[in-house]
Amino acid sequence: MLKTFSIGGIHPEENKLSAGNAIKEFHLPEDIKEVKIPVAQHIGAPAQPVVAVGDDVKVGQLLAQAGGFVSANIHSPFSGKVKKIEATTGDDGKPAMMITIAVEGDEWLETIDRSAGIKRDITLSAEEIVKKIGEMGIVGMGGARFPAQVKLAVKPGQAQALIINGVECEPYLTADHRLMLEKSEEILIGVKILMKAIGVSDAYIGIENNKKDAIDLLSKIAASYPGIHVQPLKMKYPQGGEKQLIDACIGRQVASGALPISVGAVVQNVGTAYAVYEAVQKNKPLIERVVCVTGKPLQNPSNFWARIGTPVKALIEAAGGVPEDCEKIIGGGPMMGRAFATIDVPIHKGSSGILLMNKKESKRGEIANCIRCAKCVSVCPMGLEPFLLSKVSAKSLWDMAEENHIADCIECGSCSFTCPSNRPLLDYVRLGKAKVMGIMRARAAAAKAAAEAAKAAEAPKA
Amino acid sequence: MNTLTVAPSPHVHGDDSVKRNMYGVVIALLPALAASVWFFGLGALSVVLTSIVSCVLIEFLIQKFILKVPTTVTDGSAAVTGLILAFNLPAGLPLWIVVVGALVAIGIGKMTFGGLGQNIANPAILGRVFLLVSFPAQMTSWPVPSSEVDGATGATPLGLLKESVKSGTPISEIAGLPSTQDLLLGSIGGSLGEISAICLIIGGIFLLCTKVITWHIPVSILATVAVFGGLLYGVDPETYASPLFHILSGGMLLGAFFMATDYVTSPMSHSGMIVYGVGIGLITMLIRTFGAYPEGMSFAILIMNIVTPLINTYCKPKRFGEVVKK
Repeated sequence: MLKTFSIGGIHPEENKLSAGNAIKEFHLPEDIKEVKIPVAQHIGAPAQPVVAVGDDVKVGQLLAQAGGFVSANIHSPFSGKVKKIEATTGDDGKPAMMITIAVEGDEWLETIDRSAGIKRDITLSAEEIVKKIGEMGIVGMGGARFPAQVKLAVKPGQAQALIINGVECEPYLTADHRLMLEKSEEILIGVKILMKAIGVSDAYIGIENNKKDAIDLLSKIAASYPGIHVQPLKMKYPQGGEKQLIDACIGRQVASGALPISVGAVVQNVGTAYAVYEAVQKNKPLIERVVCVTGKPLQNPSNFWARIGTPVKALIEAAGGVPEDCEKIIGGGPMMGRAFATIDVPIHKGSSGILLMNKKESKRGEIANCIRCAKCVSVCPMGLEPFLLSKVSAKSLWDMAEENHIADCIECGSCSFTCPSNRPLLDYVRLGKAKVMGIMRARAAAAKAAAEAAKAAEAPKA
Repeated sequence: MNTLTVAPSPHVHGDDSVKRNMYGVVIALLPALAASVWFFGLGALSVVLTSIVSCVLIEFLIQKFILKVPTTVTDGSAAVTGLILAFNLPAGLPLWIVVVGALVAIGIGKMTFGGLGQNIANPAILGRVFLLVSFPAQMTSWPVPSSEVDGATGATPLGLLKESVKSGTPISEIAGLPSTQDLLLGSIGGSLGEISAICLIIGGIFLLCTKVITWHIPVSILATVAVFGGLLYGVDPETYASPLFHILSGGMLLGAFFMATDYVTSPMSHSGMIVYGVGIGLITMLIRTFGAYPEGMSFAILIMNIVTPLINTYCKPKRFGEVVKK
């Protein structure tokens, strides 16, 4: 029997429309003269710009430096002149700080190795690897965009297994699938590098069974990479969730509020493994990625190699343009992606997909009474009670929400997907979770302050 | 395209609906309905139709004229209540009594609490129990299946068992106790929908396969009955009927698959569902074996319905990471 995670889960329609289409190099159309590069493309503090208006920049040059421990460097994906550094509309419709570059030619930094060959020997030490990954601005490329070097900074002996996420359990998306097929060996070298960085001898690449070609290909090549195991998994959403994937691959459950390292695991995405390969072996910063442009109303669902900062609109144009009946455009997959308020925005390091939906698909069903069918409880991968959490959130009963572990919710949307009454369960739970986590943080801060005050009061007596 | 729709995720829905589940139950009950019409004739059909029409109509009228809210009768829940209420009545029951039952089921059992999803007890069972205590003679006048004589009535297998055991007759000597084959096919006396075990099992499997229900409630009820019945049977097979007889007779299968599994009135976690199922199995067997009534399924479900909020408080689903696996 194929492995999978142990609690809940759903089986949404796959709709992998672009699975058979090879990744195409995307070239910025002539008529696009300038691009915008956001300085906050990751979880954590925004990066601080290190260039000024009027500066000339090359491809790969540092534009903005990590603004804290949890932050990431931003490099220029294009060559040209810095035109503006100011806040403009981001993909959620809110203002976001961006560096505008007037594109001129395609001049790369000479330090970047642009040769075609695969470089197999890993010469850097573990510390050097982690440092290099930080320098090159690598973040989790599955969509969460957590700075990669932070996850890799583990104490010696703390990590026991590296887990690589090749699940791509979101419907429609095929970016990781294509990457595994087309950059198989580079990914395995990237995995080897990550294993060296955290000092483990075993890595598990979890891939769902709907990508048999990728499983076969990677298994074949992995035969010459001892310690790397390709782990086929039974299809089930949300298998790509960090905790779910660890459970599926090595059968360990990360406790509530704990990090994967508490069970000896470090998780990275296949896309991240490829970016790590390029960073460490080729000295190439994270300036481009695979973006899957897909959706039923779209003429030519495609997978593109696109530079960070490429306008979403341009990518959609290249895949056939926005059709007449298009109603909703999503950054990411249909389960956890975010709907764009405008498509005049750039792609970022976590843009795994751009999904177009027609009017019919994007309409939510009419909400009916909760019939207490318990299906939301059955599908919740965290073992929570979404019907209860949504109700207490709607009534602002934050204590009850906290007691019932609302903070454990991973916002996968399985509950809303399943509800026969079309209740917007996750909308309420997300609201309640944000509120409760704010309360928990405030309480922790107050407790810390009180402890410090008590200590300070005691000090003179001693 | 001028404006984009912006909404939070998830952006897709699994197409499950209240209608799909409710009409799933109706479809699952069709074989048992066919068996009923086969054995009891059109009298069964008129009770069923009267019950469904009254339940739907009563819900509609209450929503339109008393509550003044948009009507939701098309979701199928009132029709399911009507169908299940009818399945718990004897074929040939005067139709005005059926209407009274529907009024209690929908009016008191469901709408006074706020309609679908809000009620504490299963409306159909509430209606049935109300009729049983209000019209005991009519409610226990069981037509003889496939009878040549119009209006002939007989006993249910459980009724026969109760009377005989009370008078001290050993089970092997009870005259007219139906065979396992009769219980399976349905040529026995009883409420119009409960007679054919085989049809109910087919319907139950349909509900499980289409994921309208999960196995937890029916399996825990039937397993409890099998264990409890098996123990007593092992002690004295002449005083206590076999577990198979208990499972196939009376409202056991109808209750386990179609009534106890009512979403609204059953627990929300799998562990809770098992506690609830074991409770129903135990109470039913206690009533059947030691109580005054020959059958106790309806009472058992009603009692456990009332306990459900308590079960929901104590039986929480197993959380991820709560028990760290080795």
